[in-house]
Amino acid sequence: MQPIEERLELVRFKVDKTPHIRVNSEACKDCDTTACVYVCPAGLFELLGGEMHFSYEHCFECGTCYVACDRKAIEWNYPRGGWGVSFRAS
Amino acid sequence: MTTGQQFDAIVVGAGPAGSSAALAMARAGLRVALIERGEYAGAKNVSGAALYAPGLLAELLPNYWEEAPVERFLTRRVISLLGQESALSIDFRTDHFAQPPYNGFTILRPKFDRWLADKAQQAGASLITSTVVDDVLYERDQVAGVLCRREQGELYAPVVIAADGANSFLAKKAGLQGEFKAGEMTLGIKEVLRLDAHTIEERFNLTNDQGVATEYVGFATGNVKGGAFLYTNRDTLSIGLVTQIASLAQQRVKPYELLDRFKQHPAVAPLVRDSVPIEYSAHMIPEGGWAMLPKLSRGGLLVVGDAAGFVFAAGIFLEGMNFAIASGLAAAATAQEAHSQGDFSTASMARYRQQLEKSFVLQDLKRFRRAPAFLNNERLLHMYPELLCQAAENVFRSDGRPRRKLGRTIYSTMRGKVALRTLLRDGWQAARALFF
Repeated sequence: MQPIEERLELVRFKVDKTPHIRVNSEACKDCDTTACVYVCPAGLFELLGGEMHFSYEHCFECGTCYVACDRKAIEWNYPRGGWGVSFRAS
Repeated sequence: MTTGQQFDAIVVGAGPAGSSAALAMARAGLRVALIERGEYAGAKNVSGAALYAPGLLAELLPNYWEEAPVERFLTRRVISLLGQESALSIDFRTDHFAQPPYNGFTILRPKFDRWLADKAQQAGASLITSTVVDDVLYERDQVAGVLCRREQGELYAPVVIAADGANSFLAKKAGLQGEFKAGEMTLGIKEVLRLDAHTIEERFNLTNDQGVATEYVGFATGNVKGGAFLYTNRDTLSIGLVTQIASLAQQRVKPYELLDRFKQHPAVAPLVRDSVPIEYSAHMIPEGGWAMLPKLSRGGLLVVGDAAGFVFAAGIFLEGMNFAIASGLAAAATAQEAHSQGDFSTASMARYRQQLEKSFVLQDLKRFRRAPAFLNNERLLHMYPELLCQAAENVFRSDGRPRRKLGRTIYSTMRGKVALRTLLRDGWQAARALFF
């Protein structure tokens, strides 16, 4: 299996200082589905010691996480214009 | 309408739907703003990508395929049922699809979308990139412009076309679309693999500019509901999965791990051998079809393309960009008509839907409205492909023992795996979804 980090290295991201996604990790504490961990195509969610860890830097802006989250714990918006992911070859 | 800049129409999103609409309206002499949040059109866009019915755009851009960044003309379509280690395929090819205006071709969205947006710009539309639109603006309950995320970001026009894609915040904010459900949205992930043109042509049995689109069901996505695809481009392959979001969460599998497994399948591995990944991408797809269509318009606002859920996912068909282009052109026609009558009311905008009802856009979605539920059938996606592969294996096996007749061989493959009643019910469901 190819590590996701290797895949993400192929993609161009222009990372903004402020995150465009906020996770209310309080709501994640007793979440037993943790759908976000599985559905995110960039593998940006990780449950470590009962705490949800999340990074926005390599986000594809697809919206899958907030659609999958049944606790509505993900506040999702687009990054600033021109920032975020820029696909070149897809 | 005294503040901000004045346009005749504002299009939000420079994908195929938005750029087609902007191009058509600019040609008709309207002052058009085409707003794109990416640093260039196509920067945020992902498809397989097969553009079917490419003749739709030729009305505005005759013979555009001679100059557009088109990869390969699709003359070969393959549907492949995957068992764990086997594959049973329907392989269709015809030279009839090799003549203009062609039946479909593969494209790469960052190149093609950028080219199409440039065409809209050349026709006179103002292309504004790197700009997010956060909301619509109203005047007496009618949409009258958009709010861009920047200083003095108000832009005014009597008609706004929301072409802002699968996550259409504009359709939601304007009250036309509700919250998405994880059962009606799918996630597409994709890798672009570099492979020289000659090897592609040899390996996929293609001549010159011709290409093949292969769709896979069955073991392609493990236990997750969905399918896979492999398309040939000029000197790359597009390979990926389309998986239902609810099913991914339920099965607790990561999509890219499924993709790895798919690429190692014995029917797939030889096709991608020695290729080099050059990009990985993902996008959400609104696959709910007829049942999840939002309201398509209100006073001053029209919704097109993915934003309106215009994706035709019916098993052997997986189309979106042609629906996007057709809806963009219909919206442009409605906007022009509204301008000529000076009427942007709810009633005037409703002509857009009437126009779509006459076109394949709403007719196909309605006629195949049972397809999404049918495609949600676990047996169809996993058990039947496996069983059919096993039946084929039993039919073709030569082991020196006397052969039974085919009916007997197939019956004994199926026996104990699926009840006849279930099989008949699923057959009936398939017939209702696709055949009659």
